[in-house]
Amino acid sequence: MSENRLEVRKTYKLLMNGAFPRSESGRTYEVVDAEGTFIANVAQASRKDLRDAVVAARAAQAKWWSQSAYNRGQVIYRLAEMAESRHDEIAEAVEVCEGVKSKEARKSVSRGIDRMVWYAGWTDKITQVFGGANPVAGPFFNFSLPVPSGVVAAIAHPALSFEGIIDMVFGPVAAGNAVVLLASTERPIPAVLLGEMSAVSDFPGGVLNILTGQVEELAPVMASHEDIDGFDVGHAPEAERAALISASAGSIKRVFEGHGNDEATAMRRMRTFIETSTVWHTKGQ
Amino acid sequence: MESLHSQLGGLQYDAAPESAAIANIQKEYGLFINGRFTSPADHKTFSTINPATEETLSMIALADTKDVDAAVQSAKRAYEKVWSKTTGAQRAKYLYRIARLIQERSREFAVTETLDNGKPIRETRDIDVPLAAAHFFYYAGWADKLSHAGFGQDPQPLGVAGQIIPWNFPLLMAAWKLAPALAAGNTCVLKPAETTPLTALLLAEVLQQAELPEGVVNIITGDGTTGVALVEHPDVNKIAFTGSTGVGRMIQQRIAGSGKHLTLELGGKGANIVFEDAPIDEVVEGIIDGIFFNQGHVCCAGSRLLVQESIAEDVLRRLMRRVEQLRVGDPMDKNTDVGAINSAEQLARITELTAAGEGEGATRLTSTCVLPSKGYWFAPTVFTNVSQSHRIAREEIFGPVLSMLTFRTPEEAVQKANNTNYGLACGVWSEKGSRTLWVAERLRAGVIWANTYNKFDPTSPFGGVRESGFGREGGRQGLEAYLNV
Repeated sequence: MSENRLEVRKTYKLLMNGAFPRSESGRTYEVVDAEGTFIANVAQASRKDLRDAVVAARAAQAKWWSQSAYNRGQVIYRLAEMAESRHDEIAEAVEVCEGVKSKEARKSVSRGIDRMVWYAGWTDKITQVFGGANPVAGPFFNFSLPVPSGVVAAIAHPALSFEGIIDMVFGPVAAGNAVVLLASTERPIPAVLLGEMSAVSDFPGGVLNILTGQVEELAPVMASHEDIDGFDVGHAPEAERAALISASAGSIKRVFEGHGNDEATAMRRMRTFIETSTVWHTKGQ
Repeated sequence: MESLHSQLGGLQYDAAPESAAIANIQKEYGLFINGRFTSPADHKTFSTINPATEETLSMIALADTKDVDAAVQSAKRAYEKVWSKTTGAQRAKYLYRIARLIQERSREFAVTETLDNGKPIRETRDIDVPLAAAHFFYYAGWADKLSHAGFGQDPQPLGVAGQIIPWNFPLLMAAWKLAPALAAGNTCVLKPAETTPLTALLLAEVLQQAELPEGVVNIITGDGTTGVALVEHPDVNKIAFTGSTGVGRMIQQRIAGSGKHLTLELGGKGANIVFEDAPIDEVVEGIIDGIFFNQGHVCCAGSRLLVQESIAEDVLRRLMRRVEQLRVGDPMDKNTDVGAINSAEQLARITELTAAGEGEGATRLTSTCVLPSKGYWFAPTVFTNVSQSHRIAREEIFGPVLSMLTFRTPEEAVQKANNTNYGLACGVWSEKGSRTLWVAERLRAGVIWANTYNKFDPTSPFGGVRESGFGREGGRQGLEAYLNV
């Protein structure tokens, strides 16, 4: 390849309903690397974009949950395959965005992909692990099933641009929820790549929606939106968190405040966005 | 439609009153803090009345901010010094003792509850009190098995739990709150509802008899201000609340950012869905149980009846005949089906909402039963010609008022049932098991009763989705609310 060849740059857009639109507002904002060098003008999602994403997520969630648990596991695993094959590209984006050494970036991406595989295996275990039969006194077959809360919004880890979003996306998604993720404002590129890969991984459009934009503009809308069931604020700016939780009370959202990417935290997040639905079924002749 | 009057209208029952003598209610009660009752003279007091007679039963201490602090400090001390060092096996034995003591004094509890709450003695005797004992018995067994509960090898308690309970099932809600909290190793500050403090105070006596260590459970009576003080106390690690969605929302807002753990069991507008193939006589009983049990003061009440169009007329005719047969009146009478409305305030709310139902154009059918002259009463009522936008189809009435709607297809039934911000409970009636499960799978609700309604069991998780709250009470899942997992 000639050294003079001009690279073909990518336009980074939103992921909504399985498509890649620009912001309806026409706005973009400049994203720079760790050194301050221009990377791209990234779509700056508006409140309207967020509301549209929620509509898409609500519709997709029903489809996603109606697929078999086995199938949902395969779809998430497929995404891990896609990510593995684009490991270099993601690692490079992580390196540029986070300003870490290449080796560190590669390790971080590997951990993220491995965690995706972990979640792929959860889809058809959740019912057995969290649900069960209950020995009630009376002529009933009584059983509890874990079911998804519905639509979960999440504010991405500001620094860990790829690895840091895996739990908050795939915890809820593995449990049958649809997710609207607001990517790290400063380091959105790896999240956008994940979105691109998800579009070729057999997810029904709208299960994963990834917005890029400003936290202070979009997080309060997530909190007050009445058709969002759960909200992951663990990585929202400390100063905003109480206000976001308070606004979430408007529709009694399930709020997750945990951080860290250990397994216990991952389990706690998953349980936060799972509901127990208990059925009393009569027995008789 | 044929006359609403019962074919059996001529049948009379003799009164069969339970004796109130066993209740032994004291003239006044202090707060139960650190294992002892404070002197009522040290507090402002308020009265608790019998809603069936409007007579004052007792004067109750009103806990102010200082009292709340004393209770929380007592719980904190007990947690740090005693309860966190008490083995699971020991905690279990205390809980077993409590269960047994409730059983021993069950009639006293039932009578006291009926006097203070207004619900029929048949229900307190057969449901509230036995279930309360069963809850303690069930969670007792978990206390020394927490590492097998699926929350990791060594799940830890949260610390001090502030628990606020409603007036509709006073003792039972106290049991739902205290039993899992104590089993998991927390200490508690329990605030009973303003209008129904007596059985919680009787439970305090039981805790003394059980020799539960001082301060492990503190019971503070009061009003909304007491609850707010408890919610906002910095040394409370967990809030568990059962009550209205409005108050639940306020609590979630108030503790935002404090790091306090929260579970909410809030309101509901349960759909009771009847398919044309359902066994119709059982259906009628199920509808009655769904909405008139406990005067409809039930968060999971089946307050929206959805009947398949082809059988709607027949169901309504049979339902109204049955409604006419409901015996409304003296809660202490063993034959009473529907007792007193718990308070003047609640009666006013039911009256206002039913008036809105008529105002918005629904057709009101009300039992012709004779209501006592004293006390708070509301005759069982069914609305027809209800549209989904009517307030009586959307708002929780929390009274003996049913709104009837119809549907044609299973899809439409599901769509209508889910057309609410609530999601606590639903009923499904059909002989076809595959259909009830198909519907159950699509209902957004925490509890689904198939061919039954309003059944409860300590092993069965209870709680809502959406604006009916989060967290579960009962079952293995109920432990999670009190563990740091």
